[in-house]
Amino acid sequence: MSGSRQLAQQLAFTRREFLRNATGVALGSALLRPCAFARAATPSSRRKVVVITFGGGARDQETFAPEGQENIPHLVRELIPQSAFFTQVVNRGILGHYVATASLATGVYETINNFASLPPESPTIFEYFRKDFRRPASDAWVVAPSNGFNRIGESSHRGFGPGSGARVILPKYLLSAATSGSTDYGHLLRDSYETPLSAPELGGSPFELEQMERILKLSVADFKSHARTLSSPDELSVYIVRQLMHQLAPSLLWVTMHDIDIAHAGAYSLYIDGIRRTDRLCAELWKAIQSEPEYAGKTNLFILPDFGRDSDDDPGGNGFQHHRTGDVLSRTTWLMALGPGVREGVVFDHAVETIDFVPTLGALMGFSPSFSPGKPISELL
Amino acid sequence: MLPANLKPEQFSGYPPEARKLAVEYLGVFQRLPLSFLPNLLREVIDYDYRFPAERKTLEKELGNLSSLPAPELNQWFREFAAIQLSPKLEQFDWINSPSQFVEQLSSHLWTTHQVDAFRKAATEYADRLYAAVQPDPPALPRLGIAVIGQGVDEHEEPLFRKLRPHGAYFTAIQPDNGLQHLLDVVATRAKSTPLPYAHWYIDGAQEIPHSRAITCVSYKNLEPARAALLARIQAETTKSGGGPEALRTVMSQMRPGDLGFDESGDRVLDFFQVKLLTEGSGTQIFSTSFAQWAAREALRRAQPLTLLVRFAPRQRQKPMSELLSPSHEPEELDPMGSLVDADMAAYYNWINQQRLPGSEKSLFLAWFENHREAVAISPVMPRGTVSSSAATLPELLSWMA
Repeated sequence: MSGSRQLAQQLAFTRREFLRNATGVALGSALLRPCAFARAATPSSRRKVVVITFGGGARDQETFAPEGQENIPHLVRELIPQSAFFTQVVNRGILGHYVATASLATGVYETINNFASLPPESPTIFEYFRKDFRRPASDAWVVAPSNGFNRIGESSHRGFGPGSGARVILPKYLLSAATSGSTDYGHLLRDSYETPLSAPELGGSPFELEQMERILKLSVADFKSHARTLSSPDELSVYIVRQLMHQLAPSLLWVTMHDIDIAHAGAYSLYIDGIRRTDRLCAELWKAIQSEPEYAGKTNLFILPDFGRDSDDDPGGNGFQHHRTGDVLSRTTWLMALGPGVREGVVFDHAVETIDFVPTLGALMGFSPSFSPGKPISELL
Repeated sequence: MLPANLKPEQFSGYPPEARKLAVEYLGVFQRLPLSFLPNLLREVIDYDYRFPAERKTLEKELGNLSSLPAPELNQWFREFAAIQLSPKLEQFDWINSPSQFVEQLSSHLWTTHQVDAFRKAATEYADRLYAAVQPDPPALPRLGIAVIGQGVDEHEEPLFRKLRPHGAYFTAIQPDNGLQHLLDVVATRAKSTPLPYAHWYIDGAQEIPHSRAITCVSYKNLEPARAALLARIQAETTKSGGGPEALRTVMSQMRPGDLGFDESGDRVLDFFQVKLLTEGSGTQIFSTSFAQWAAREALRRAQPLTLLVRFAPRQRQKPMSELLSPSHEPEELDPMGSLVDADMAAYYNWINQQRLPGSEKSLFLAWFENHREAVAISPVMPRGTVSSSAATLPELLSWMA
């Protein structure tokens, strides 16, 4: 067994042991089929799926390790006991946030330039979903943090592409337009942290204020007024997500968090603040799912980071600050599944890959992600 | 252009000593794979501005490579030679712009899923080199000191949690005149072992008076350079067609004169400081990030015998666009957040110190400035212990030796 594989398994083992000790969850195995969605009461055609990428990447020692659990009280006490938890989700692709999120959304390790305004090259989950189920554009949405994510809703793949994927909302772009860059809202307009010195370009056609008023039934005045009560870009994203859920109730909703990525600036306290905020926002969204009639009882929530961050032990990195070394810690993350059909409180520690995520959702929902080489995660089927 | 075709005149753009070194080892360069050589040339091209420890390390590495018989050299670089490069990379001017080549190589490795293979090759090379060229032990046991928490009266969360398992945690330190005592210790070591760039003092704010024998870098002193850099960044980012990669290229080419350094200054130290600001992430805007990165780079490059790092409150988080805008407004500070930053940074200082030769004898002290808490790590300090014994900082340092 290679050294890196051993390390990855050790990491998964640590997470599993922590989860068992902290929350009393059971250890899953191939014999203990946790599920299944196939037997869940909601027909796949009516099922809704919400995906949260636990933004910016966080390490075990600040989250699931014993010393980190104080930073994720909501995940530990509220969500994990209700979830099936996969402790070893390996990302073998490029560890840049846009390209890694694109890989998650396509089920293919994308190789597009992380810093360019380009669509994914392989079909996205949104395109598969809409094409196979003949769903309208209003049924698949992405809420994303940075201008650089505006092209993630649909690919450049022949047979899919423009008009066939998800609409993307960039809440910071909207707020910036609504406030003309007023400094009163500066704390909500923090830019991409991965390239802090140079904000990414905006590509494609952004969702505009006029559409916000017309589609989300949210006036600019109300938007600005509520934004004043928020403290971070991810809080702004969650606010928009709740508007989307209430007004349009899309069946497929993808939320990309990124407050945690402030770590790139090297300030550990701000990184920890980001983790604590994201933990709270995940729990808030789960509560929102349960309180919205269109979502309650028929929605599965999936929470997973796009990747981790560098370990303290790798001399090529600078610990939590970046995700540049490609070491085991930065490649190995986790996945949490909640909702109907999920066997609660079960932990699986065998390795799956991030590109298995779209095939898994395809198998659950009934669409065919034909261009993804990933494999459905059997314990969720 | 491949390494086998290298000629002496192609190094004419290198500074004088770097050119001499490159020509001396041209025969070795010609036998190295392109996936490796520009990484080495990155070190060579800056040879004139490198610290003595770096120069010595590079000379030893080159000497070792030139001593290897051809079959052995091929064996050493077998895995690097297996890395597939693109024609675009082969055509790049990697002789004169090795850093930019390495940036593009990195992108190519990730895109072509060869980053793990490269990482394995690099790790194996480093292991072989370490076995073949043993580093010199330090002239005296290294001493690292981290002073954290300036401006904080009370804190809720326990300090030094990462460091405590490795040493003794003291709760009754007498803080009076503590920083001056520590600087006196640095000065004494600098006087007794007067090697160039061997004794450092890094301050996250304005440095306090110190011995001239100590190499000093401070966030406050670099304020004009930081302002010049931020103005340059703003100018570059407003240009059309620029992006993060173009900006990185511009920053990597900056020289001390571009940021307003005096031409008559210490060129080696000036180049070091320019790199702190142009290569570090967050060093331009947060003093805690600056002090941590400066300590890391000083340890990695200069391999100091003594390093005192005093962290100071950084400015509060604001939108990046505001942080990056030169401003004459007084900064609003975040002392509590900075304490947390510096606590983690002190741990990183210790880790980075332990990566240097002689780590088995190294000493490390972390102190909460003007307070009674400290952690002492040394071969004689019992690990994971707590002491409520009253002591001054000089007494504590004497117990560590």
